[in-house]
Amino acid sequence: MATEFSFPDTAAKNAAGEFETEKMSLSMGPSHPSTHGVLRLQMELDGEILTKCDPILGYLHRGDEKIAENMTYNQFVPYTDRLDYLAPLANNMAYAIAVERLAKLEVPARCQAIRAITAEMARISSHLMGLGAFGIDTGAWTVFMYCFTEREKLYKLFEELTGARFTTSYTRIGGLQRDVPEGWTARVNAFCDQFLPILDEILALLTRNKIFMDRTVDVGIISKADAIAYGLTGPNARGSGVTIDLRKDKPYSGYEQYEFDVPVGTKGDCYDRYLVRGEEMKQSVRILKQAIAKFPGGPWYATDAKRIFGPPKEKVMSSMEELIQNFMLVTEGPQMPAGEVYFEAENPKGILGFYIVSKGGGVPYRMKIRSPSFCNLSILPKLCVGNLVSDVVSILGSLDFVMGECDR
Amino acid sequence: MVSSNTELGYNTKVEGEVMVSRADAVINWIRNNSMWPMPMGLACCAIELMATASSRFDIARFGAEVMRFSPRQSDCMIVAGTVTYKMAPHVRRIYDQMAAPKWVIAMGACASSGGMYRSYATLQGVDRIVPVDVYVSGCPPRPEALLDALMKLQAKVKREPSSKRLLSA
Amino acid sequence: MSEVLTALKAKFPQATDRPSSDHPAVNVPIGELVAVLGHLRDTGYDLLMDMTAIDWAEGASPRFTVVYHVMRSTKGGDYVRVAANCASATDPVVPSVVSLWPGADWHERECYDMFGIKFEGHPDLRRILMWDGYPYFPLRKEFPLAGIETPLPDAEITAETGAKVIAAPMQGGPFVASPGEVNLTDAEPRAKDESWSDRRPQPGQEPLKQVKE
Repeated sequence: MATEFSFPDTAAKNAAGEFETEKMSLSMGPSHPSTHGVLRLQMELDGEILTKCDPILGYLHRGDEKIAENMTYNQFVPYTDRLDYLAPLANNMAYAIAVERLAKLEVPARCQAIRAITAEMARISSHLMGLGAFGIDTGAWTVFMYCFTEREKLYKLFEELTGARFTTSYTRIGGLQRDVPEGWTARVNAFCDQFLPILDEILALLTRNKIFMDRTVDVGIISKADAIAYGLTGPNARGSGVTIDLRKDKPYSGYEQYEFDVPVGTKGDCYDRYLVRGEEMKQSVRILKQAIAKFPGGPWYATDAKRIFGPPKEKVMSSMEELIQNFMLVTEGPQMPAGEVYFEAENPKGILGFYIVSKGGGVPYRMKIRSPSFCNLSILPKLCVGNLVSDVVSILGSLDFVMGECDR
Repeated sequence: MVSSNTELGYNTKVEGEVMVSRADAVINWIRNNSMWPMPMGLACCAIELMATASSRFDIARFGAEVMRFSPRQSDCMIVAGTVTYKMAPHVRRIYDQMAAPKWVIAMGACASSGGMYRSYATLQGVDRIVPVDVYVSGCPPRPEALLDALMKLQAKVKREPSSKRLLSA
Repeated sequence: MSEVLTALKAKFPQATDRPSSDHPAVNVPIGELVAVLGHLRDTGYDLLMDMTAIDWAEGASPRFTVVYHVMRSTKGGDYVRVAANCASATDPVVPSVVSLWPGADWHERECYDMFGIKFEGHPDLRRILMWDGYPYFPLRKEFPLAGIETPLPDAEITAETGAKVIAAPMQGGPFVASPGEVNLTDAEPRAKDESWSDRRPQPGQEPLKQVKE
């Protein structure tokens, strides 16, 4: 004879406090597919909901700032590549401009135009990667594959210009490594033309996708006050309504000549940040087309910076004075005056700042790298509490950080 | 092994549905063509690893597209990026959790020897903490270089006396 | 002279000009640091962009300087630099600004980790980039770039592999000139870091003082 079985009324028991529950301590990372690098989240869970979240950084701390005190200014350029390794050209440019501000050196218009073009291409590349990673975190493999195909086209252009697919080390203090090759700007133009329809296709996979929206709308809301209090910058801050964009507010490298809009969100949830990045890519294409249309001729390096920028190789091999100059530059480094400078650039991840203290000579005395990802992540302990573990994955994907830059 | 022209070699009508070969050859062939990597993607090389996995360079044609982050299910750990002293114990733990047979590819200059980061925080080569089978140079190595490393690993695995180890384990 | 600086110096007479070519900059005494930064935040400079420290090397007095950069969130690109010297060279202490900006939490932890500067009033001052239990402060000038031998953070792994944190083999490099105005002989680029390589034994050095956390 079957006895009747009734399930215990667990909800009532839990509410009455009769169940003994305990919190679970879970460490997400440092090796985890969704943590975008080596980030470790020490979480305390009550069931599936977080009660505490403590990010542990430093798993990629390589000692960049100490290395900078031992390298000449040009020797440090490859290390800047590997800060935000998704947009190396943007980091190169920010560093070069910071050191040039220290030397009060103005680079000619062509150099500025090339730097702006490469920075915008790096922005597209970084946002594509952020989009792809965000997609793959929420389960959309196709978005990742499509984004990488477009990135490969960008890599091809970077390789033609600088010699490397990424980690380009392209800028030098006072100029660039070399001029643009013949027809390169036309190829960038062709890339832009074919990119916009493909971008629309990629965004169409996610923007009105019910699953994606369920996972990102109203998740991880950052208020405008919080964004300012925690020092958030870039698309993360703009998604919450903070309208800072250094390309418009304090233009550098010729950005004042280009017309573009800055997308700003309203709610500050993951979905807003995703939309901001998508729109920023379209604005980057707009800047690229204008920059290529206005592309100036002339020198691509500061021709009057004798103790800072190396002379052209043909002269070095044939003339004594240039040979000595080159020798001094390579061994002692570009000679900078004493003083300190702080320059910030609008990088794809946020605002990247370089604070350089110089006592004169070719080696900096102290270099501090203000990393956008470090500041963006500082809001995690507050943001993740009260969310599900799977929401944490969406939040990490929407913040789009890079540990190379966060840990330096 | 079976060639495409069955007339010259193996003929089903003569030999039936049975192939005869050395145990080593079969075991190594199986291991080679489904070498599932455990991507220890730490820094910039991880991006090139992802590029190798995507459409243009397609690591799937080597049978290695299953990049699960679970060490229990993987054969080959690809250490892609700088290993710091803080991260080194975790890399070793994950290596220990992998089931035998396992191999390690040190991808990039930082994993092979510390790279350009000669500093207080960087492990000077991941071979100080796990045994490495193939080193790939480059900063970061091109996807073709990583695929070449995979092929070299396959050549190495082909030469292993697998059946002896299986029986003696 | 920018108006924000004149207003600041009127309110805080002990603030002095800091020579700067790019942004308005002031030196303030360490006791007034929180008040000055609070005043700046309330008058519109509400974004703390960066916070860092400079070590002027052993023997210099003052030895540590903390530097803050604040920016207006309504007008990007408008910065003020505030610098303050720490009173003590052996035991530097700075009042924490976490009460003004919660985002300063991690910046101060990083300063502590790299320089050993303690922040009074910080809710949770522990290392952030190096592992807990690392005995040195890496960005101090007497700490060599190659590092100093210490055990790995995990005892089990050390027992299993025998690995430890070693000084990176510098092979005589990095080969650069020194910063600052030096005479021509000293300006000759030479091996700057006095570390030892795998083959050359460690030169007789005074052991660095370990810190008791």
